[in-house]
Amino acid sequence: MKSIVRKLTKTQIFWPLVIFLGILALNGLISGGSFFRLQIVDGHLYGRIIDIFRNGSKLMLLALGMTMVLATGGTDISVGSVMAISGAVACTIIEGSLFPFANGSVVFAIAAAIFAGVLCGSWNGFLVSRIQMQPIVATMILLVAGRGIAQLICKGRIVTINSPPFYFINGGYILGLPFPVYIVVALSLLVLLVVRKTAFGLYVESVGCNGEASRYSGINSARIKFFIYILCGTLAAVAGLIESAGIKGADANNAGLMIELDAILAVAIGGSSLSGGRFSLLSSLVGALIIQSITTSILSLGIAPEVNLVVKAVVVIAICLAQSPVFQQSISAFRAKIKKQEVVA
Amino acid sequence: MTHTRKRNLISKNLSLFITLGLFVLLFASVMVIGPMRSNRFKYLPVFFNLLNDNAYLLIASVGIMFVLITGNIDISVASTLAFSAVFSAFLLRLLWPAWLVIPVVLAIGFSFGALMGFLIEKFKLQSFIVTLAGLFFLRGMCSVVSKESIPIENGFYSKVAQAKITFGSIHSYGKVNIYLYGFVAIAVVLIALYILRYSKFGRCVYAIGGSEQSARLMGLPVRKVKILVYAISGFCASLGGVLFSFYTLAGYGLQNLGLELDAISSAVIGGTMLSGGVGSVVGTAFGVMIQGTIQTIVTLLNLNAWWTKVTVAALLCIFVILQRLIAIRNDK
Repeated sequence: MKSIVRKLTKTQIFWPLVIFLGILALNGLISGGSFFRLQIVDGHLYGRIIDIFRNGSKLMLLALGMTMVLATGGTDISVGSVMAISGAVACTIIEGSLFPFANGSVVFAIAAAIFAGVLCGSWNGFLVSRIQMQPIVATMILLVAGRGIAQLICKGRIVTINSPPFYFINGGYILGLPFPVYIVVALSLLVLLVVRKTAFGLYVESVGCNGEASRYSGINSARIKFFIYILCGTLAAVAGLIESAGIKGADANNAGLMIELDAILAVAIGGSSLSGGRFSLLSSLVGALIIQSITTSILSLGIAPEVNLVVKAVVVIAICLAQSPVFQQSISAFRAKIKKQEVVA
Repeated sequence: MTHTRKRNLISKNLSLFITLGLFVLLFASVMVIGPMRSNRFKYLPVFFNLLNDNAYLLIASVGIMFVLITGNIDISVASTLAFSAVFSAFLLRLLWPAWLVIPVVLAIGFSFGALMGFLIEKFKLQSFIVTLAGLFFLRGMCSVVSKESIPIENGFYSKVAQAKITFGSIHSYGKVNIYLYGFVAIAVVLIALYILRYSKFGRCVYAIGGSEQSARLMGLPVRKVKILVYAISGFCASLGGVLFSFYTLAGYGLQNLGLELDAISSAVIGGTMLSGGVGSVVGTAFGVMIQGTIQTIVTLLNLNAWWTKVTVAALLCIFVILQRLIAIRNDK
């Protein structure tokens, strides 16, 4: 029995899951139970918990991609801008101002938006794996210029569209559950399948641990990195679709603004190392849910949302410090010192 | 031996030549487009306005260059700059005197940079995570201080904002104004030039960029220098913020989103290698001027302001690719 508990607590996903449930329980206590209330209206489930899953879907998708990118020892801070680009492409096509020959076809718009994400990802991947730019600089280019590109696609306007089939991406329900949840589950399963049922995940971890060594052992590091950035861009594009379906339009200035840190934070909270190597996709998904539930509770508690950024920045640094071996050493040295003093006293 | 040295000299300065050439080319196109777009267009004021309008960017770029030369990265400069502007506007609204506000804001920038450097150097955290967190932290602090734009009505500030020297006449090449903050930027450039060229500290910055391992084995104070480099970057960014508040006479939390790209690309266009060890203040200054010129062209052509960012990003890519090519050629 004891060994099972120990095994459970040793798994990477254990603590994130406990924290998530703890936050939910805390919210439930504060709200006096109304937090957990689920209503069924027209056969659809409504409630705070459902909201967390629906609104967290974007972040969960980003966290999936970001986990893989961080696992290769890189980073991608352009995801927010890729979301903006994908939203802009989809909405302008549905509106008819971009590619008028498509007649505002929603399917074409979605395909084009995802293709835009693939392009953005391959651009990042090209810069990182072929030009060997530092990932932070390479993706910063798209972080800043991407928003400009989205602006140019929208021609500086906020594009609003009227297309119920497109709205379905965010607001639709299947069997009582919101559609974004199905997107997340499907894509997570797909990624998990590719990563854990083939050697790909192992390659990614090996590239993240030591790119040079993996190259010598016959792994094509450059190609792996290239694919990972494409994956991240594609997932960001899907997240952008959910976002723009949610606001029923495209806002190039604000779509996915400052969401990059959230995505990195989700991975950090999930317990995967930010310096590459071992990773756990499920833990990052739970990490994303934690962030979303914190955001939701901050909003429902009436604390100013700006404080959010400050708190998240501090949490990221705290988690990094906790992971840092040097910090752990100095803490244990400090403890030993105190113990010694106690003994002397 | 002399042959290789000559080749080294050329390839070392090659990117600087390219930068200069690009600047001349761009400015020439301004001179062509300008008179077509406006009949009151005069060359000299346009040239000197490049300095006036980009003084804050010049200072921030020079600061970030120190970090880039050591082979590290700091992406928090835009937030530091915006926070300094907002916080000084906030303090001035509380009727703090200007002579107290400016040192306080500069000290905050310096110590925040030093703190980030300390976290990176002491605990071996990755520089991109720490400076990214710094970026968000300060951006968040901006909106905590004030969500609206705060106007600055301090007497000293408006006086400094107006202080300028004027020469030239309206008739010939145009009347030229150089504002006080332009001179501050020039002073920073000269000081940075001296530090990097002639001081022990400056040579150590290059040495770390060349090879940190070797610098450590040579007994250079690597840790101290690396922390100081981040502190300098933070200090320059907050000085840029102070200049920016002179320039706009207001502080607003969402100012200069994406300035980190401008600052880094100025340095890179000016020949700074992202892999460290190479970089010059003069080149960076020209990098800033090139961006100013692009901005001028975009304004003259009445295009969407975002074209500036897109063009600058494209230039950054081109220059990094160019650097790779030069590096590959040198390896051969």
